[in-house]
Amino acid sequence: MKYTEEHEWLRVEGDLVVVGITEHAAEQLGDVVFVELPEVETMVAKGDDAAVIESVKAASDILAPLDGEIVEVNEKLVDNPGLVNADPMGAAWFFKMKIDDLSVLDEYMDEDAYKELIG
Amino acid sequence: MADLKRTVFFDLHVELGAKMVPFAGYEMPVQYPMGVMKEHLHTRSGAGLFDVSHMGQVILRPKSGRYEDAALAFEALVPVDVLGLAQGRQRYGMFTSQDGGILDDLMFSNRGDHLFVVVNAACKDQDIAHMRAHLSATCEVVAVTDRALVALQGPRAEAALEALVPGVAAMRFMDVAILPWGGVDLWISRSGYTGEDGYEISVPKAVAVDFARALMARPGVAPVGLGARDSLRLEAGMCLYGHDIDEGTSPVEGNLTWAIQKARRAGGARQGGFPGAVRILRELAEGPARRRVGLRPEGRAPMREGTLLFAAADGGDAIGHITSGGFGPSIEGPMAMGYLPASLFEGMIVYGEVRGKRLPAVIAPMPFHPTSYKR
Repeated sequence: MKYTEEHEWLRVEGDLVVVGITEHAAEQLGDVVFVELPEVETMVAKGDDAAVIESVKAASDILAPLDGEIVEVNEKLVDNPGLVNADPMGAAWFFKMKIDDLSVLDEYMDEDAYKELIG
Repeated sequence: MADLKRTVFFDLHVELGAKMVPFAGYEMPVQYPMGVMKEHLHTRSGAGLFDVSHMGQVILRPKSGRYEDAALAFEALVPVDVLGLAQGRQRYGMFTSQDGGILDDLMFSNRGDHLFVVVNAACKDQDIAHMRAHLSATCEVVAVTDRALVALQGPRAEAALEALVPGVAAMRFMDVAILPWGGVDLWISRSGYTGEDGYEISVPKAVAVDFARALMARPGVAPVGLGARDSLRLEAGMCLYGHDIDEGTSPVEGNLTWAIQKARRAGGARQGGFPGAVRILRELAEGPARRRVGLRPEGRAPMREGTLLFAAADGGDAIGHITSGGFGPSIEGPMAMGYLPASLFEGMIVYGEVRGKRLPAVIAPMPFHPTSYKR
């Protein structure tokens, strides 16, 4: 598992990268009440707005962590946004991406480095 | 958080694990570990305890000793029937400006030989200056600074407070009373800002923390922060000053005509005679051009403050905007209030622009969640 400075996690699954938000991010957001997912087959560039997440407090964007194609989205979050709080690191993944070169993941933080970031 | 004031409950909030945020010049708890959603639902099923000590408490004491003199003086600042308010009763009102806007909204009560007024935290300094400037000939304007203010709201509020302060169960909605607890006087009203039955209690600072702890020891009572206070009041259709109403909105535009009693309207015993009366009486007679309404977005996406509203899904200029919006935990969906042309009516669809997309919302009656006052 890898982590971004935007508090997203990246998990390799075969030749795909699964993207979600960290437990720390979910805690900071508070109760999630709305999730808007990208369309499947969308090409995104690193840093693009890919999904929207709204908590009782505010709206936040989920950024595409990598260049690539969105190949699958987690529709369960649309019907049950609270899943993001209940299981952010597991069942509440947001989308799966196909990227050219999985080695770019090496640039991202491992768990220890991320834990250091959030103190 | 430099320069922020703290209420007497600050250490208690921290002890309870609150997340503190700046609000109206104070460091206030936005939520406790329970979280906004659960705190909201807890207030609707149990009892929520809120620190609202940042609000302004003011006594207007008539120099003559007669309530009538304070009431008539106060009527020069608010478009509300103050004289006709019975002793031991509370009423909602607002300070209006010369051009008919709202300077602040407030609660006031008739306490026999004087008026007790509660105003918003962000406006309290200017409100007190406003009252001193206009009422000093007839009244002593006393800012009450040695008291804290808490609200206890929800279906279990009555039993919790009655156990500590016998007599409160007999009060009705908008009654006020002064009752003893632990050797001090509590100033109690049966009212609040959640749509639930409950009380607001002014307590001397010296014993305020003890009082809060005694309440939290009662079954069903939990501390609730400003986050849930906002979603509770929005579900109840209540205005937040500075957002849903302000100097640019009149009480008629703000859909607060219910707060302007007959005595102050055209043909009433004391018609007009408040700042902005020309505009406000005209809008009462002719109707305003725009009005505050409730909105229920049709999907799940909340429409937040500032969202522009349109008549159609495509094209055209904005016809209004949202002033408060979010997710209602009790109604399990998004809700909002905002301003729209008064020619539109309940049941009609308008479109809110969210992230570049126009999403439908229906103009809906408020409150969004039924109130449960003990009338």
